[in-house]
Amino acid sequence: MRLYMVAMRLVRARPGIGIAILLSLVAGACGGAAAEGPAPAVMVFAAASLSDAFVDMGRALEATDPGLEVRFNFAGSSTLREQLLNGAPADVFAPADPANMEALREGGLVEQPAAFARNQMAIAVPAGNPAGVDGLADLAAESLLIGLCAPTVPCGQLAGRVLERAGVIAAVDTEEPDVRALLAKIGAGELDAGIVYATDVQSAAGAVEGIPIPAAHNVATTYPIAVMVGAANREGAAAFLSLVLSEPGQAIMSRYGFQAP
Amino acid sequence: MTLPESSSHRLRRRPPLPLLVAAVFGVGVFLVPLVGLLSRTPWTRLGGLLESAMAREAMMLSLLTSLAATVISVILGVPLAWLLARVEFAGRSVIRGLVILPMVLPPVVGGAALLFALGRRGLLGEPLYLATGFSLPFSIWGVVAANTFVALPFLVLTLDGALGGLDRRFEQAAASLGAGPFTVFRRVTMPLVRPSLLAGTVLAWARALGEFGATITFAGNLPGRTQTLPLAVFIALESDPDAAVALSLVLVAVSLVVIIGLRGRWWRVT
Repeated sequence: MRLYMVAMRLVRARPGIGIAILLSLVAGACGGAAAEGPAPAVMVFAAASLSDAFVDMGRALEATDPGLEVRFNFAGSSTLREQLLNGAPADVFAPADPANMEALREGGLVEQPAAFARNQMAIAVPAGNPAGVDGLADLAAESLLIGLCAPTVPCGQLAGRVLERAGVIAAVDTEEPDVRALLAKIGAGELDAGIVYATDVQSAAGAVEGIPIPAAHNVATTYPIAVMVGAANREGAAAFLSLVLSEPGQAIMSRYGFQAP
Repeated sequence: MTLPESSSHRLRRRPPLPLLVAAVFGVGVFLVPLVGLLSRTPWTRLGGLLESAMAREAMMLSLLTSLAATVISVILGVPLAWLLARVEFAGRSVIRGLVILPMVLPPVVGGAALLFALGRRGLLGEPLYLATGFSLPFSIWGVVAANTFVALPFLVLTLDGALGGLDRRFEQAAASLGAGPFTVFRRVTMPLVRPSLLAGTVLAWARALGEFGATITFAGNLPGRTQTLPLAVFIALESDPDAAVALSLVLVAVSLVVIIGLRGRWWRVT
């Protein structure tokens, strides 16, 4: 308190220096609060396809520990990877494929990752399937509006492999930056069909319908999760990770259509 | 005219430290990101990066769509600005507010609004699609529509302001000499506001060239069809950061040319 008085007197006498001291005091106070007060929120960077399941996961964790707060940044896995490589502060990282996790591991940014879910691809069409799509071959039709994820994100790479295995050259009309952006445009009826995760079809039930991809053409991806090196709330991050890997956590994943790894 | 000595003496004194410190930080807000971009620029590979098919397609598409949006903005914006500045009618301020809306609105919201209005299932888009089989989203025309949506306000506002500040006696004199309203508009009003029209046009074009949010939301993202420069930068950031920086540099260079071209119009040149 006395420091503040000194600073205030300085503000009156030498405004420049006084304000500089006040600013550093405020900064110090903020830092101090973080150290003594409640732990900072657990910041989870997760693939867009995990949106619904992880929001539930966060609620479940907050319910067991009322002092804990979980926040999310959902985006395309490669967007998240670039954000983290450029120093974005996060406690947990959960991309939709092992490659994006590996990139961070090489940089020494994550601790030991663990696989926690598997997902497959499906064709999504607007509710009622107005274009009458019934398989991968229809995605080659120039007359239909077809969307995929951009080849930079896992769902775009997986869709590319599905089409390759089926020998279909899709007549693509848009490459969306993440799977939820693609799903929204299919759900709005602006696209006739697209390849998304099987779980996305379930999460957007009502707006979209799913058309299964035969096992011979389908591909699966494994979701890894890891605590970030230098996590601001390491304890909270570890708690989130163990919940995801635990039986109740796996039950949440399965409720949203994910398979066990 | 000379200032009193005491006043000019005061002006030469050192500026107060708190103001100076805050102002320097203010400059930093603009300068630091620019320096960050330049520090990541792969200068030696720049030529090669800009010659890639992705870069060339994106630059061509951006040039084409932004110019088309600018032409549409002039065709629709000049009459609208004239209406706002010269005709008194109920709801004029409401329309002025509507014009400003796209400048304030987050572009992604604008894109969503365009989708709900002009998309295949949209208010106007659905009857259009049912009648003609044509729909704007995911086509080059969707990009032009998104660009026009964000660019038009710059032209209308610039011109509306210029028309409002114009000495009306020239127009009155022309009218009193027998010129009809359209002749007055064409032969007197427009020549008088030509510099503002040019400035508004350039601003509208620059805004169209940089448009991202409305484009990716409404027109989608497909290399060669709807992937403009800003979209290519966004996608390349995740696959080829060097290419993203090179493309960003093109946009920075264009912006600098616009700023230099418009100097003296938007601020005092000292």
